[in-house]
Amino acid sequence: MPSDQPFIQLAGVTKSFQGIRALENVAFACRKGSIHAILGENGAGKSTLIKIMSGVLAADSGEMRVEGRPVRFSTPAEAAKTGIVCIFQELSLVPDLSVADNIMLADPPKRFGMIDRRRQRRRAEELLARIRCEDIDPDALVRQLSLSRRQMVEIAKALGQEPRLLILDEATSALTSRDVQTVYDLLAELKEQDVACLFISHRMHEVEALCDTLSVFRNGRHIETFAKGEKSDREIVHLMIGRDVETQFPPRPEPRRREPLLEVKNLRWENRLKGIDLSVGRGEIVGLGGLDGQGQKELLLALFGVLRQVEGTVKVGGMEGVPASPAAARSARTRIALVPEDRKTEGLMLQLPIADNLLASAFARVSSGPFIDRAKAETAISAAIEKLRIRLGSPRDIVATLSGGNQQKVVIAKWLMVEPDLILLNDPTRGIDVGTKQEIYRLMRDLAEEGKAVLFYSSDYAELIGCCDRVSVMYDGRVVAELEGEGITEEAIVAASLNIAPEAAA
Amino acid sequence: MRLAKRLHSAALRNRAFLGALLLFAVFYLVYHMLHPRGFSSAVLIQNTNESVAIVFVAMAQTLPVLTGGLDLSVGAVMTLTNCIASELLTGTPAEMLFGALLTLACGAAFGCVNGLIVVYGRIQPIITTLATGAVAIGLALLIRPRPGGEVDDDLSWAMTNTVFDFAETYGLAEGGEAAWLQPFAAIPVPLLIVLAVVLFIWLPFRNTQMGRTVYAVGSAEGAAYMSGLPVERAKIAAFTLAGLFAACAGLYLAIQTSSGNADVTQAGAYTLNSIAAVVLGGTSLYGGVGGAIGSLVGALILRVISFYFRILAIDPLLQPLIEGVVLLGAVSLGALRTLRVKNRLELFR
Repeated sequence: MPSDQPFIQLAGVTKSFQGIRALENVAFACRKGSIHAILGENGAGKSTLIKIMSGVLAADSGEMRVEGRPVRFSTPAEAAKTGIVCIFQELSLVPDLSVADNIMLADPPKRFGMIDRRRQRRRAEELLARIRCEDIDPDALVRQLSLSRRQMVEIAKALGQEPRLLILDEATSALTSRDVQTVYDLLAELKEQDVACLFISHRMHEVEALCDTLSVFRNGRHIETFAKGEKSDREIVHLMIGRDVETQFPPRPEPRRREPLLEVKNLRWENRLKGIDLSVGRGEIVGLGGLDGQGQKELLLALFGVLRQVEGTVKVGGMEGVPASPAAARSARTRIALVPEDRKTEGLMLQLPIADNLLASAFARVSSGPFIDRAKAETAISAAIEKLRIRLGSPRDIVATLSGGNQQKVVIAKWLMVEPDLILLNDPTRGIDVGTKQEIYRLMRDLAEEGKAVLFYSSDYAELIGCCDRVSVMYDGRVVAELEGEGITEEAIVAASLNIAPEAAA
Repeated sequence: MRLAKRLHSAALRNRAFLGALLLFAVFYLVYHMLHPRGFSSAVLIQNTNESVAIVFVAMAQTLPVLTGGLDLSVGAVMTLTNCIASELLTGTPAEMLFGALLTLACGAAFGCVNGLIVVYGRIQPIITTLATGAVAIGLALLIRPRPGGEVDDDLSWAMTNTVFDFAETYGLAEGGEAAWLQPFAAIPVPLLIVLAVVLFIWLPFRNTQMGRTVYAVGSAEGAAYMSGLPVERAKIAAFTLAGLFAACAGLYLAIQTSSGNADVTQAGAYTLNSIAAVVLGGTSLYGGVGGAIGSLVGALILRVISFYFRILAIDPLLQPLIEGVVLLGAVSLGALRTLRVKNRLELFR
């Protein structure tokens, strides 16, 4: 049972950025041995709250107490000393150091003032074993690991600091289902040890499964805290967005035969794609399912011309062959767009203005000769902002100032400017709030209705079920199942993801 | 089996360094084969003497580069410490030792100031050191308006020849005739000096938490900060160590030439060559990858290239042209791996 004594307590905490209130007079407490969810849309102040608790930001006013004693952190290191450890959404790993180096980065074992590599390696192995990641080589560079493996290393690193308050900020969004289960077990174990956990996730079923207490934030204010089960999902969503939501997914049209725009036969690349057959028709949304890392991302990259030496036949709009490069994919007769996996590095130029990011793929369309035509550019930019309802101050602001959801909208808007025929989406809703997610679902359906073909990879099965006309489930570099219409069920996707017959899963 | 796998992955990680080592070995072997007095102690001593300064300056450049910056003052700090040493390296052995330590301390202090300006002045390293480099040259000219100096002749002789000569000069180990000394007698002293600095300064530093923080800062400064690492102190430490290594170069240059010379052109050339050496040795200009030993090898490659001009009848006017082409070729070897990358996104990571 969670004890009643709060581990951390905040009172009257306020924080502003350039005149905009991010947190307003927040009172908040988290008990020992509790798994406490913080819910809220992007921009609700969740990130600011945990950044203040973990020493990344200092509050403008208000006080914070740890076990009753007032504290003030000026660096993450000070917070870590008090036992407050945060697993950030943006990874805090150093890509050019080894896994073991990273796990023990803050406080490596030392001998004669020098790092004891052997002991460090052993300790890293222990921590990795604790989260069932024996497959990760402690000597490998973090750079060489996939996003989901990095996230697990991040968790091992946090564990190594012996947290008393562990903050997970969307920490499960990049994980495979197996790892998610591991993290669940770990949190239960920590709860037994009276460790407090703050859990931030946009996946309601995770919150349902894990947390005992829920707090809702909206527009920088703490709206309400209640025990799990006290409120229905609908009530919670209502608290989060301050209004009722209609059905989450737009209605799916009747299935009918469509003229294929993209046809893939026996596509192979390295040892990641092992003969993929797939087709996407005009006006159709085809989902890619399966566990993380079964070749879905590589398939999208291959179709977008990023990978070299791809084998097999690909027909796009009747023309054979994969594009030679993203530039070619964008400007071919049948235009292809890709909303990439990592919006911060592949999707956006974070330090450039929103306007420049929006135009990046479509400079040719707003230019007269070699020069960018100011008037055409302005028109295109405001059209894009309006179409996607991007919430921003001025298009001249740098794109990094936007919230995650609005950043993703910029990425999508950028690609819509080239008027693509085939749109490839790589997990476009990862780490995005409910409201924006729904807008993206709506947009996908609208695009399909305009006659565009959409190929959509998502790690969230609910999205595949709700959005797609068909779902191709991938396993080990192949499509192992094609589900259609009413056949797209959670059981069917899970079974196919594990490459087992549906009866066996039931 | 497991060991073999680990060796293999270690080799893959240090590909650039191993490539540089191989390149150097080939260049140097061929050089000896072409040299009329190749594979002799005399040639080795001459070569090491001529290499020490650039090796140290390249090692100095490595540290700021590892943090993701550039230090344009390393050559100037070498020149400054060279002039300081030319004033201090005289008198009794104790005085000379004190003078040498003071010279090194001056270099380290200068580097530390660089670091402080970069960290607390929040000015980019390249522009900070462009300015402080000019200051260093100015100070050097104040100390030694024209070349000269009174460096102790015995010291100069002992430090720039073989271990035997060193022992003979100072009457150690029975004047160099002791039986236990014989296996080492032919080793050049400058080689030992470089080895000592690598073993007792660079390698320990690399394995401290501060050293690791330097790598972390260069690789992902935000992540380093978020992990609670002392980012600012690590940068200051990197520049301080750079100053110290540059001072090693200046000190050795004073001993080797028995004098100090506030040579502006030489300072600039050393700085630029140090950057080339760092890159040749496999250190990434983006930071976070590489090391001082790689730069050492890189500096040796640059040196060997210039040695060739002595033994081959090439018009001296062509020397810069050929050096440039060879350097470009050598650096291009590092780019070969990108031809094999099948996911082009990885090129930008």
